[in-house]
Formats: sequence, structure tokens, C-alpha cells
Amino acid sequence: MTVAHTLEARSLSVGYQDREVLRGLDLRIPPGRITAIVGANACGKSTLLRSMSRLLAPRAGQVLLDGKAVHRTPAKQLARTLGLLPQSPVAPEGITVADLVGRGRHPHQGVLTRWRTEDDEAVAAALEATGSVELADRDVDELSGGQRQRVWIAMALAQQTELLLLDEPTTFLDVSHQVEVLDLLTDLNRARGTTIVMVLHDLNLAARYADHLIALADGAVHAAGAPAEVLDAGLVEAVFGLRSTVIADPVSGSPLMLPIGRHHSG
Amino acid sequence: MSVVDRIRSSDGALARVVAGRRRRSARRRAILLGLGVLIVAAFVVTLMVGRTFYGPDEVLAVLFGRDVQGATFTVGRLRLPRAVLAVVAGAAFGMSGAAFQTMLRNPLASPDIIGITWGSGAAAAFAIVVLGLGGAPVSAIAIVAGLAVALAIYLLSRRGGLVGLRLVLIGIGVAAMLHAVTLYILSKAPDWEAQEAMRWLAGSLNGANWQSAAPVLVALTVLGPVLVLLARDLDALRLGDDTAAGLGVRTERTRLLVLVAAVGLLAFATAATGPIAFVAFLAGPIASRLVGADRPVLVPAALIGALLVIVADFTGQFLVGARYPVGVITGVLGAPYLLFLIIRSNRTGGSP
Repeated sequence: MTVAHTLEARSLSVGYQDREVLRGLDLRIPPGRITAIVGANACGKSTLLRSMSRLLAPRAGQVLLDGKAVHRTPAKQLARTLGLLPQSPVAPEGITVADLVGRGRHPHQGVLTRWRTEDDEAVAAALEATGSVELADRDVDELSGGQRQRVWIAMALAQQTELLLLDEPTTFLDVSHQVEVLDLLTDLNRARGTTIVMVLHDLNLAARYADHLIALADGAVHAAGAPAEVLDAGLVEAVFGLRSTVIADPVSGSPLMLPIGRHHSG
Repeated sequence: MSVVDRIRSSDGALARVVAGRRRRSARRRAILLGLGVLIVAAFVVTLMVGRTFYGPDEVLAVLFGRDVQGATFTVGRLRLPRAVLAVVAGAAFGMSGAAFQTMLRNPLASPDIIGITWGSGAAAAFAIVVLGLGGAPVSAIAIVAGLAVALAIYLLSRRGGLVGLRLVLIGIGVAAMLHAVTLYILSKAPDWEAQEAMRWLAGSLNGANWQSAAPVLVALTVLGPVLVLLARDLDALRLGDDTAAGLGVRTERTRLLVLVAAVGLLAFATAATGPIAFVAFLAGPIASRLVGADRPVLVPAALIGALLVIVADFTGQFLVGARYPVGVITGVLGAPYLLFLIIRSNRTGGSP
């Protein structure tokens, strides 16, 4: 069912007012894989995600989805292929879970089209995939942080896009819920071939879950590739300005970064 | 359960989703129908009851254009246009208020609180009382003034973001200034009447006639559907701009269209009745309480607005001893709710 969609940025420069955040950035998102974008605070991770999903217009360069500039693609058409879950979405007061997930159907509906069976099916499937069927009739306000994040992901799933961009989907979650969300995203990727691109705070979780790691520094790609190939002490030093040692994760074999700090010697 | 099994929805999940949605839609339909019935009932009562009572047969006869001694004038020329204006102006206020509140994600951000209604009202008062204009030019001036005030508030509060208490506080300041402008215009006018003054200070249906009702009716028939067509996009904006944009909503364009349509509705209604206090502010929250906060609120808000104005006008005329303009009655209803919201937003520390 999945057509491999290619998403790439070419000489992309993006900024706000007088500040340039991304400076001539080039990257390619591997189709059908999980990509994690990492980098220090304010290095342009969210800006990159927002410009890839058409929310920010580039100053120069472009973002290409299947070779076509996303900023020249009609918003709704793009939203049927590429979904975005921003960092802090707002749930309207009093909305039920099923209704919130139903909002994901927006790009598939015209101004006058009525709610169709396929919309119900998409909502039900999204609730099931995220293990939220039991929550369907609850108010979103009543949910715990972990449940709420699952519901937002369900909304993005109901959108039925083959690419899904997530901005820090694990922020504000405790570690067990972080793992739960990342497991869920991995499930989606494995089962549907959904291309997943996420900004992650936690370098070790990124290394564990991503097939492809993109490290940003100073508004450009510092390194990109499989975590085992790119993540080493040199990268951590260059991107985060942190002395560290990188070992093999005893659980998964992926690289595991251990910060050194001032009170220990590597 | 393995994930691959979970990808296709099971019948149980689908049934649950469908049932929940049907239940919520059925509730919404029942409430819309109930509101419609109440409006028709209130409409009929205001046609029948007054200083002289006319039975349903006489009222119907007048409605079908037959000549009835006394009733043709009282019902046909006085009560009917007044009732029609009450319904269409109420609907316009209600719908426009709910559009603002949804767009700005804040129940305090209704156009009567943040000064836009007062802008239209002051301009209309100026056009009528000082310039001696009437009809279409008054509506045009009211719309331009409403848009100008909306633009001014937008520019003043842009730095703090459109959503939040800053916009509301600036709007309240603007509203107070425009209220003063209205008072000044009224006090400068050589031969202003108390009743005319009342209209521009609190809103009133006194002196309603077909000339004043017709433009509001036309505005509602044109701009109402425009807003209803925008409702789905507007609703998506409630999820936050980024989420809405991710769903394919063109946020800036939606906001601009909603703003123009909502200000248009509001200005036409204000030019005819003056700024009827708090109807725009109250209709949306009452409607969303009734139909559920997650359902599109524009149409129920329009019905609530219509019902509020027609019932408040009837109450003001006949049920409280003296004859008060409609805005006094809606003001009495709205002020406590405003206080409640302000206290609550103070406590939660953000937009309510």
C-alpha cells in the first residue's frame, strides 16, 4: 500500500525576522524509516520540522516532497500525505477523545462533505492502534499525560498520511510513557511502513529507536546516518559541547552516550 | 496483541466510535430543534401579546396579508418588524460572537467585550445623530469602523500573540474609550432624544421598522452561510495554529475571512439596534454548554442569540413594570457571567 515518498530539503534557509535559524541546510529523509532529529536547544530542530511541513516559508532553497516544492502544494493536498504533530497542541475544552481523533479527518473532507463510514473506520483504527478505544468517550481534559499523547498520535493516525512528523512527542512524559510512545511509533513504522520523522530531546532514546539520525548544529546538518555510524564522542562534543563516552547499549546494541561532567574523568 | 492485528479496526471499536458519534449528533439535533421551537413560540407570543391582545387567528390573518381592524397596524407595522429584527439581530450577534470566541480561543474575546461592537456603535451613532444619515450609509460606516477597531486591537496586541489575556485587556480598554466616544457624540448632538441615546448606549429595539430590519436580514442570509462554510476550518484552529496547519487549514486566510464576515454581521446588527449588551458574549458559551464543547457552535449560538434578544425584549417591555430597552435586560444577564469568567481566568492564570 505504501508508495515510498521522498522528502528532502535543498539549501534550505529559514528564519524569523532578523534571525536566520537554518542556513542552507541539505537533507534527505529515508522513506519508510524512522528518522530522529537531535541537537542542542535552539539549534533549529523545530524550525526544520515546521518548514518541512509547510508551516514556515523558506527564505531560500526548498523542501521537496516527491520532487515537488511543499510550499507550492495546496495545504489540504499536502496534509493527506504528510502529517504533523506539533510540540504543544491544544485540546479544546470539553472535547471527547473520539471527536479529537476525528479532527484528523479534516484534510479528507470538503467544505460540504458529510461524515462518511471511512471516516469512522479511520478513527476506530487509529484508536485501536494507539490502544485508546477504551478512552473514546472520555473528555481529553481528564486524561493523564501519557494517555493524552497517545490520543494526539491517534489524531495524526486518523489523518492516514504516509509521512508523520512529530515535534518532541515524548516531552512532559515520564520515562515509561516515553518508551510507550516510541514503541507505538515503531509499531506503526513496521506495520504500515509509515515514514516517521521526529525531533527528540533524548539522544539515547533517539539512538535506540531511530534508523537514521540527523544531528543539527548551527542551523545545518552536522552529521546524518545510522546511529551506530554517526554517534560517537566527537559528535556529542561538536553538537552539544559535552564531553562524553559512547558505549554499546547492553539491551539493543545501539550506541549509548554517557556524559562525563566536571566531577568525573572519562 | 500484536500490532499488525491492531492496524485494521475491529468491529467492536468501529461500533463504539459510530455509536458515540451518533449519540452526540442526535443530542445536537434535538437541541437545535428545541431552540428553533422556542424561538418560534417566543416570536408568536410577541406578536400576540402587548398592550392589546390579539388572538392567533388575527395574527395569522395579518401575516397572510389580510386587513384586520387595529391588528394590521399594531401587529403588521409595529410588532412584526420588531420581532423580526430581534431574531435576526440576535442571531447575528450570537453567531459573530461565537466566531470571535472560537477564533481567538477565549470566551472573553467576544466583540462586545473587546470593543469592536462599540466601534460600530459609536460610528453608527455619529452617522445618525451628527451627520443625519440613515440606511445603507450607516451600515457601511459601522462596518468600516468595526473593521478598523478590529485592526487596531490586532496591531496593539500582536506582540503578545492573538490568543490570551493581553488582547482581552487591550480590547476592554478600547471598549471603554469607544463607550466614552459614544457618550460624547450623544451629548454634542443638538436634539438627541433619550430613547435614541439609550439605543447607542445599551441597545434597543424601540422604533424598529422594516427599514432597519431588512439590512440585518440580508446580512444574515449572506454572511451567515459564509461563516457556516468556514466553520470546519475555524474549528480546527481551536487545536492551535500549528496543528490546524498540519491538518491542511490555511490559518491566516481562514482567520481573515472569519474576521471580515463576523465583523460584517455584527456591524449590520449594531447599526440597526445599537450594541445590545452581552448577547455576542453569552450566546457562544451557552450554546457550547448545550450542544457539547466539541461540536461546531456557530448555528446553535445564532439560535441562542435570537432567543436571548426576543425574550429579553419582551421581558423589558412587559414583564418588569417599567419599559426597559432590551440591552438593559441582556446586560443584567451578562454582567455576572463576565465577572465569573474574569475571576476564573485570574485563578487559572491564563485564558479561560
